[in-house]
Amino acid sequence: MSMDTGNDLQGLEYSGSLKTELTLALPGGGGAETPTSGSKRGFSETVDLNLGTRSDDEASVVTQTHPPKAQVVGWPPVRSYRRSMMKSCKFVKVAVDGAPYLRKLDLETYSSYQELLSAFEDMFTCLTICDVMNEKKIMDSANGTEYVPTYEDKDGDWMLVGDVPWKMFVESCKRLRLMKSSEAMGLAPKTSSSKGSSIN
Amino acid sequence: MRLCHSMMNYFPEEVLEHVFDFLTSHRDRNAVSLVCKSWYSVERLSREKVFIGNCYAINPERLIARFPRVRSLTLKGKPHFADFNLVPHDWGGYVYPWIDAMAKCGINLEELRLKRMVVSDESLELLAKSFPNFKALVLVSCEGFTTDGLAAIASNCRFLRELDLQENDVDDRKGQWLSCFPDTCTSLVSLNFACLKGEVNMAALERLIARCPNLKSLRLNHSVPLDALQKILVQAPQLIDLGTGSFVHDPDSEICNKLKNVLQKCTSIRSLSGFLDVNSRCLPSIYPVCTNLTSLNLSYAPEIFSIELIKLIRHCKKLERLWILDTIGDKGLVVVAATCKELQELRVFPSDLNGMGNAEVTEVGLVAISAGCPKLNSLLYFCQQMTNAALVTVAKNCPNFIRFRLCTLNPTIPDAMTNQPLDEGFGAIVRSCKGLKRLSVSGLLTDQVFLYIGMYAEQLEMLSIAFAGNSDKGMLYVLNGCKKLKKLEIRDSPFGDVALLADTGKYQTM
Repeated sequence: MSMDTGNDLQGLEYSGSLKTELTLALPGGGGAETPTSGSKRGFSETVDLNLGTRSDDEASVVTQTHPPKAQVVGWPPVRSYRRSMMKSCKFVKVAVDGAPYLRKLDLETYSSYQELLSAFEDMFTCLTICDVMNEKKIMDSANGTEYVPTYEDKDGDWMLVGDVPWKMFVESCKRLRLMKSSEAMGLAPKTSSSKGSSIN
Repeated sequence: MRLCHSMMNYFPEEVLEHVFDFLTSHRDRNAVSLVCKSWYSVERLSREKVFIGNCYAINPERLIARFPRVRSLTLKGKPHFADFNLVPHDWGGYVYPWIDAMAKCGINLEELRLKRMVVSDESLELLAKSFPNFKALVLVSCEGFTTDGLAAIASNCRFLRELDLQENDVDDRKGQWLSCFPDTCTSLVSLNFACLKGEVNMAALERLIARCPNLKSLRLNHSVPLDALQKILVQAPQLIDLGTGSFVHDPDSEICNKLKNVLQKCTSIRSLSGFLDVNSRCLPSIYPVCTNLTSLNLSYAPEIFSIELIKLIRHCKKLERLWILDTIGDKGLVVVAATCKELQELRVFPSDLNGMGNAEVTEVGLVAISAGCPKLNSLLYFCQQMTNAALVTVAKNCPNFIRFRLCTLNPTIPDAMTNQPLDEGFGAIVRSCKGLKRLSVSGLLTDQVFLYIGMYAEQLEMLSIAFAGNSDKGMLYVLNGCKKLKKLEIRDSPFGDVALLADTGKYQTM
């Protein structure tokens, strides 16, 4: 089967719905092309890479592809049963500045930033979440040190936790680090009006 | 020779039937039925096991008309691609018409094996009530039923030996289906409910197992905790195949110790699976059974990290079949290669389905396995990357592959070292593995790979292609070359009407 796309580069949704039609038509309606080595011929015709159009302050819809790892329906070919069994497997390492050991957390077991913060409280018993001027902050109750939750995303960049929708965060987070507030200044977004960090 | 030929004609039918009894494979019985009318007649009236690879290839009435004495039926419904959401949801594959037809004609059905079919509670109820000698129900990747249907089976099938549910999508009604096995049911040999999501009555389970002395295969679901497992094993030391439920407990507790002791007495266990929830520190409890283990499935246990997997594998020197996650890493596969010299089948599944790049398995692991495991003949390998050089080495080390399925997580990734297509690598595989029956290719591929497949893969019966090839030529190479091809699955590849319609006569055999 092949894509019924003509010249229209349709994005494939990473969901259960089927975008492919069971036809025998050639994609693009053209004849055979000789590929250059390394080019993704059939692949690029079926996936919208959407390069360079992702804006920084917009949270793009989860179904659009993130370069360079585009999601394709039914790939890798893993049975839906196995997929559903493996769903709760988004283990990421959690580091806290100043603590000698790392911990591991399964992000799939939480459904919001709120739950994640509570998990930090459970895991690192010296930390508490305090409400300071309607913003939640992570503090070490023993010495008053403030921590800022940050994460490394798919592209290797360190970001502040809380800016993007939860599901998008889960998908792109590779590991977490609770950074001391004093060191986190460089991460504050330009558009943010508050000092330090806050989770809404 | 003519004398022999005419002598065969005078053999009474009972003798022919007795001779045919020795033919166990479907292919042989099918061949025999084509010899002459009387052989066809004797064969059809004595056939007890029928296999139908496509449930729409024939209707139930025809089956019953030809094989009135059928006792064991195997049916396959949706095509393989349905597993990956590539087939419309309402494709079909309903079993009800089959059960209904057989019930109406008084067929003495004893065994039913279904794969990728839609099975309703109604059909299970009809099945349970219509066939008094029903013994074995095996459902693989099926859907459409609930635990109510299972309750009907448990309640009514007095001589049930096998209830084997593999990877089905079952709606759990939180009923007490397991408690529906009457006290008089003592015939169970195989019970597999690992895919069920809900709880089962622990006391009922323990009692059931205690009264079934012939139980050889038991696969529990995640709701069965470690302490229940320990109690169950005390009652069933004769088990050959065990699937644990949840494997989580305080590793220093008495329970883990008790489990280790009871496992020491289970000297027949050869196959282990489950670990649907696992605390790795409890794993040492199973070391006693590892020595004699021939089959191990840890592919649903992403929580076990490479180091613990390696420790475990070192105990499993007799392993013939290993299903594992890519969390084992290349390093772990090197240990497998060094330890498991009897290995015949290896499946390495992806732990990271979100494309995060966390996969730690590459061509390095595969080359190590090929060098260390001379008996390897079946492979399913999900990996981050591959190279032609590696595949050429693998082909040289392991000419005995019957099944070779390689899946690169990026479907069109080129050779990781040279950036070339992987045509040459797969070409080496088909050239070297003369007995290859099943092949799945992935990575950057051009028409060239299909030229090789068409030229060399003489025994190939099933081929899976995705995102591969440049033109119709590729498909023509395959269809003209692979004389024994039965199943062909293609997705997202540029093959058009010209190629696929070029030799429609070929499809008859497929």
